[in-house]
Amino acid sequence: MPQVNGIALMVFVLLFGLITWLGFAAARWRRGDLDQLHEWGLGGRRFGTVVTWFLVGGDIYTAYTFIAVPALAFGAGAVAFFAVPYTVLIYPLLFLVFPRLWNVCHKRGYITAADFVRGRFGNRWLALAVTVTGIVATLPYIALQLVGIQVVVGALGVTGTGIAGDLPLIIAFAVLAAFTYSSGLRAPASIAIVKDSLIYVATFAIIIVVPMKLGGFREIFAAVPAQKLLLAVPGPHTTGAYGSYATLALGSALALFLYPHSMTAILSASSGGAIRRNAAILPGYSFMLGLLAMVGLFVIAAGIADMPAYAWGFKTFKNNFAVPALILHLFPSWFVGVAFAAIAIGALVPAAIMSIAVANLYTRNIHREFINRNPTNKQESQMAKMVSLIAKLGALIFILFVPTKYAIQLQLLGGIWIIQTLPAVMLGAYTRWFNDWALLAGWAVGTFAGTAMAYASNLAATYTITFTGYSFPGYSALYTVILNLLVVIVLTPVCNALGGQRTRLDETVPADYTA
Amino acid sequence: MPAENGAPSKRRNWSWWYLLFVVQFLVILWPPFYNKAEPALLGIPFFYWFQILWVLVSAVFTAVVYLMTRESR
Repeated sequence: MPQVNGIALMVFVLLFGLITWLGFAAARWRRGDLDQLHEWGLGGRRFGTVVTWFLVGGDIYTAYTFIAVPALAFGAGAVAFFAVPYTVLIYPLLFLVFPRLWNVCHKRGYITAADFVRGRFGNRWLALAVTVTGIVATLPYIALQLVGIQVVVGALGVTGTGIAGDLPLIIAFAVLAAFTYSSGLRAPASIAIVKDSLIYVATFAIIIVVPMKLGGFREIFAAVPAQKLLLAVPGPHTTGAYGSYATLALGSALALFLYPHSMTAILSASSGGAIRRNAAILPGYSFMLGLLAMVGLFVIAAGIADMPAYAWGFKTFKNNFAVPALILHLFPSWFVGVAFAAIAIGALVPAAIMSIAVANLYTRNIHREFINRNPTNKQESQMAKMVSLIAKLGALIFILFVPTKYAIQLQLLGGIWIIQTLPAVMLGAYTRWFNDWALLAGWAVGTFAGTAMAYASNLAATYTITFTGYSFPGYSALYTVILNLLVVIVLTPVCNALGGQRTRLDETVPADYTA
Repeated sequence: MPAENGAPSKRRNWSWWYLLFVVQFLVILWPPFYNKAEPALLGIPFFYWFQILWVLVSAVFTAVVYLMTRESR
């Protein structure tokens, strides 16, 4: 059992207290009427370039990312670096597609991707498919953020059995739930500024100090086993590790901005221009992520995994303990407190945005569409606040009572599911050529095939397609979204013919998509 | 015929500068190009420093595209 680290714990609690205060104070920031859903759930669409940078950065580079990417590098080596090409690919997508989506959402008052699909294709069942996919893909993601908190709290030496052991997580959850309820999207936006400053400081300290203590980069990389240092060169008749690496990067990139929480953060920007500018400055976070992925290799070089002092952590949290162990091993207590607080607060920001995104989806696209068609503004925002509470409570219960590996597997499936909304949402921003029922059929085929591939490969991210003696291991999400798109393209003329001369419902006009 | 609402404005906004994005995609999606240890930089193998450098290069590309396409919007 580990010892409680007093100084680290004190710094940690102080910083946590600071952001709690900030989260509540945020309700008064750029004040708006929080009884309106777009004020509570999108911060009134008033965030400029700088706040959007912190908000989107804090949203998509989550605490789990900062724990899991180095953990994967520690365990599997070079393949974990696919996170870097992935973050290189996302910004051209952000630049090309999302200013158009922002414009149409702003002009038509849409606050979710499903709102857009409903307006663009006039099919409530297609919109429902987008909504349900978004909610189901996001819930395990919220649960994984809580795992990030669990790891650092455990590393601080705060442990216990039963309820006492879970108490820190329950407190963090209560804080998160309360400020999200009262301040909406303004809370994670203001906290993101503090959290990201801490993360940047901690990362650069680690990347400078650790090589100095371990004798330089040359020694560190010399200590990494050869098979982990680079990707395995594929043999004949297969695309091997190269295929997996590239498809994982591309598939993850296509999926990212389809997640409801990415959409929420992007739509809260004050203009399409703010989004374009962010496509150029958000790679600042990718740069940091690349450095952090290398830190996973530092852990191998430091030989920490074999030290008895950290055996407990590695046994409890597996490879996710790699970065916390390195920080505990090489840094003074006060810095441990700062770095761990950065990770824990880093979990609260995306968790808050995710729960707000789920709340927006449920309120707009299920409750208003199918249950109460004419809510008042106040009823609508009140419903969203309640749903954000329920989403977080669900995530907490999940993480307390279900083994972590199921949350990880569900999050993997979530990536495969969410990418199936790509034709309707991303391509829909450019063209109305697709038939709505064909889109729904493509979604169903992609979702089913993706789930089947995941099960066939024992819930690994990659699936190997064999074709005339050649094998192509690759990310199931990418394979199945291509299948989805083929189904949509083939069925669109068929469905159009079957539907006869039915008027096409599209409430948007071309001018909606440009500034 | 289906009304392609988005298409006309897309064509109006086309810029050759977008080809920078294609370069950015092709280089990073072709692992044989960078899956090697040498030349190392400060002891960091090529595989690692090149991809991190490419993050910065792609940020510059995006900034260039932003500046060059700004007037047409």
